[in-house]
Amino acid sequence: MTPIIELEDLCKTYASGEEPVHAVRGVSLTILQGEFVAVMGTSGSGKSTLMNILGCLDRPSSGSYLLDGIQVSSLNRDQLSDLRNRKIGFVFQNFNLLARTSAVENVELPMLYRRNPLSAAEQRKKALQSLEMVGIGKRAGHTPNQLSGGQQQRVAIARSLINDPVLLLADEPTGNLDSRTSCEILGIFQRLNDQGITILMVTHEPEVANHAKRIIVMRDGKILTDTQVQNRLQAADELKNLPTETVS
Amino acid sequence: MRLHTSLRTAFRALLRNKLRSLLTALGIIIGVAAVIAMVGIGNGAKKQVEDQVAAMGDNALMVFSGSSSRGGMSGGFGSAGTLTLEDAFAIKREIPGVQGVTPEVEGNARISSGNQNWFTRLNGVDADYFSIRMWSFTHGGPFEERDVKTSAKVAVIGKTTALEIFGSEEEALGKIVRVRNVPFTIIGVLAPKGASFFGRDQDDTLVVPYTSAMKRVLGVKTIPRITVSVERGKSVAMVVEQVSNLISQRHRLPGDREPDFTIRTQEELANMATATSKTMTTLLGFVASISLIVGGIGIMNIMLVSVTERTREIGIRLAIGARGSDILVQFLIEAVTLSLLGGLIGIGLAFLAAAIIMQLSPMPVYITAGPVVYSFAFSAAVGILFGFYPARKAASLDPIEALRYE
Repeated sequence: MTPIIELEDLCKTYASGEEPVHAVRGVSLTILQGEFVAVMGTSGSGKSTLMNILGCLDRPSSGSYLLDGIQVSSLNRDQLSDLRNRKIGFVFQNFNLLARTSAVENVELPMLYRRNPLSAAEQRKKALQSLEMVGIGKRAGHTPNQLSGGQQQRVAIARSLINDPVLLLADEPTGNLDSRTSCEILGIFQRLNDQGITILMVTHEPEVANHAKRIIVMRDGKILTDTQVQNRLQAADELKNLPTETVS
Repeated sequence: MRLHTSLRTAFRALLRNKLRSLLTALGIIIGVAAVIAMVGIGNGAKKQVEDQVAAMGDNALMVFSGSSSRGGMSGGFGSAGTLTLEDAFAIKREIPGVQGVTPEVEGNARISSGNQNWFTRLNGVDADYFSIRMWSFTHGGPFEERDVKTSAKVAVIGKTTALEIFGSEEEALGKIVRVRNVPFTIIGVLAPKGASFFGRDQDDTLVVPYTSAMKRVLGVKTIPRITVSVERGKSVAMVVEQVSNLISQRHRLPGDREPDFTIRTQEELANMATATSKTMTTLLGFVASISLIVGGIGIMNIMLVSVTERTREIGIRLAIGARGSDILVQFLIEAVTLSLLGGLIGIGLAFLAAAIIMQLSPMPVYITAGPVVYSFAFSAAVGILFGFYPARKAASLDPIEALRYE
């Protein structure tokens, strides 16, 4: 298996205030293709900072970060943008869809910023396929305020996958969802992972984390534990056991 | 990002806040309309002067008495009274190629008839005056050489004055008006001529023989002005030269002394008036341009608000791979679209305003391509200039901060 993420003694220090804040202090980590990793930790453990760096939204102060073989530490702003566009799909806790913009157009958005854009017709076709894949093809024309939280998160997942990224970064993806919808979303993640997509998910709920294959716990800017999940939960099985509700 | 995608994104953002977009563009709309209309009015005035020159003929010249200067204050042309009637006669007698000569005296006078009275301008002229000025009559006719010789108490009246005192032009004919208690019989009503180069209503006048005006009303011996017309085909410049020599001689002026009179041709007077209106046009256009800049500041203000409001959107776009330049272009297009749209509506409004002004007033408005192109280009430049700072601000947002923005 090829490594997707390779971190070598990664540090991030903020110079805010009088005392420099060491948010991440020397993290070394390798994530291979096809892994499903959950990152846990209390607030202030440095997991958000680590996620920002892994998502190429921020640069490390020192250390090395290879994403799909590309050294991220030395890239400039535009290069980081291009890298996010091509290599990373983001799923956020609060969905972060563009308001008053239809689901299919939200999904198309990352394709608009590709350096070699497809034709409008191809973009539309691909976006509809992606929506179909997360089971929400019928709602392509709806705007976010016409969709439930679970549906919005599906649109966000469809968007994150549209440019065929090597890594899907999910920041508390079930944080704003009820337990059944959470289970559905985790089911989608597991299905995508089975198809070979590498997923890194931040969560503070052990139950959610147990849907992943590997759990990394952070504390004080360092990795505390890094373990394979023994009794992995399968969202598909759980859904069968949950009382059936009318799912819109 | 493709350009047409950027355009669509920008249009959609503007349509989302229709009223706000319109109000923002209003500054530019008014600015552009003002520039075009103002310059149009200026050009109209210029054209009117040119038309007047064409109508009046370029064969007239005026000799003005030297200006009096007392305590550093100049009284203007004709105030010193250095010209005499004999000068006028001499011009007629001695200079070949002169078609008509008329001395002119003038004064302001309250004239009355019955219980009506009106403050107007009294002009004393020779019988040649009406042919020199190509002034025709709607009723009656001019006084003649004989009336001038006998200081007859006859007058012709301008349209404005006739309407003010008698209510209509027909009524005026044959009536008697008293000018400083001297009764004059009205024998003609002048055709309307409108405003002069310098904005005075030429129809607000009472014209009498200069002899009657000087002796009976004004009590003056010198004349401020002599108007001369040159025969067709004769050189005006030549006559100017000869008149100048003649009067210098008559006034016994040594060669090195400032002449005590001034000669102006109709053409020169027109040029003076044109120059004045040109200055006014430039000034008005400049003031209107300032409102374009104010409009630009309005755009900048709203764009800054918009960037703040849409911080989260910018964060999302940056996170999914938009470059800073993509965001910059998006917001710049919005600003430029606002200003260009404002420019277009402003041009339409200017034409509308011109049509209304011409309907409601005698003022001609003459819109040329120059100010239209200039103000449109200026509004585009304003959009780029004032849109750049907010767009830069949007483009340089930190994606992490922007995503966290509530």
